[in-house]
Amino acid sequence: MHELGIVMHVIKQIEELAKEKQVHEVKELTLEIGEVSGVVKEYFVDAFNWAIKRTEHMQNCKLNYITIQAITYCEDCKQTYETVKYGKECPHCHSKKTYLVTGRDVYIKDVKVD
Amino acid sequence: MKEIKTIVVNRSAYADNDEEANLLREYLKDHGTFLVNLMSSPGAGKTTTLTALINLLKKDYRIGVMEADIDSDVDALSISKNTGVKSIQIHTSGMCHLDAGMTKSGLDSIDISDLDLVFLENVGNLVCPAEFDTGASMDMMILSIPEGDDKPLKYPLVFEKCDLVLINKIDAIDYFDFDMEKCKKTILMRNPNATIIEISAKTGKNINQVVNYFHKKLNSWRAD
Ligand SMILES: Nc1nc2c(ncn2[C@@H]2O[C@H](COP(=O)(O)OP(=O)(O)O)[C@@H](O)[C@H]2O)c(=O)[nH]1
Ligand SMILES: [Mg+2]
Ligand SMILES: [Zn+2]
Repeated sequence: MHELGIVMHVIKQIEELAKEKQVHEVKELTLEIGEVSGVVKEYFVDAFNWAIKRTEHMQNCKLNYITIQAITYCEDCKQTYETVKYGKECPHCHSKKTYLVTGRDVYIKDVKVD
Repeated sequence: MKEIKTIVVNRSAYADNDEEANLLREYLKDHGTFLVNLMSSPGAGKTTTLTALINLLKKDYRIGVMEADIDSDVDALSISKNTGVKSIQIHTSGMCHLDAGMTKSGLDSIDISDLDLVFLENVGNLVCPAEFDTGASMDMMILSIPEGDDKPLKYPLVFEKCDLVLINKIDAIDYFDFDMEKCKKTILMRNPNATIIEISAKTGKNINQVVNYFHKKLNSWRAD
């Protein structure tokens, strides 16, 4: 359901862009979705394919879903590591003073239009 | 023949909501209405806490409540019955969160022209509501003892976003294996600016501290 909320916001922004640029049809949309953004790919794709049926310019839009790996930085040893594999604790020095660098965002990359 | 071309967007999916949320915050400021976004897991005690809190705040502020949690019709009724303040329910149409647009429609229907303080009881969930800025003047959350002290580790985002974290149901702490110090430490690690208050919405314990927090918060917001 969270997925549907994001889909609606993405579609709204792309439809506005299509209007502004006087696009005939949006053929493809590329999104970069972080591994720890909370988005479940299957739900997202289902929600997307359902929601585009109600749009003006995106009825046949193909979705390119690119997953972005989550990376965490350790403040103590200044190294990075894979968030999903190791979680909050740094695998190099076992510090918990770590923060996420990438992997949370949902990013609209580009669209192919005619 | 039509040619296919690429338009580079490079924009967060949340960008339009963030813009709307910022506009809403300015609108609220212009109207002198302070909006509080309250988040928690289902059953952590949002409705009970709001009821206790509002009964102590209502002599100083004109208060309204917007309910968006799943059983919101029940909650909206119970709030207005137990506090006497104006309350409405917001229909989320099955969404697991509120965004700035839905919040704005809620404010339009509750009519903020005669309100100083509005509480928004967000959908009970620690993940989705934290992703969407509602446009509220402040975010707060409730963590309850039975949920466990590891919630700030599992759901860091909501803790990072909240100025105020209430730890509720401390009347029941003896029955659970909840390490208060560890929990507070983890919250402050994620959000050094968080104010943490231990409360029992049921017995009323420390609700006066939350009342004082709001007096200070509203004073500085108005002076700002
Ligand atoms: N023991 C105890 N129970 C509480 C406390 N606050 C709320 N509850 C109970 O927890 C349940 C859920 O509370 P409610 O306010 O409806 O939670 P909400 O879903 O977050 O709005 C109810 O049965 C409340 O009576 C508290 O401080 N102590
Ligand atoms: Mg409730
Ligand atoms: Zn390290």
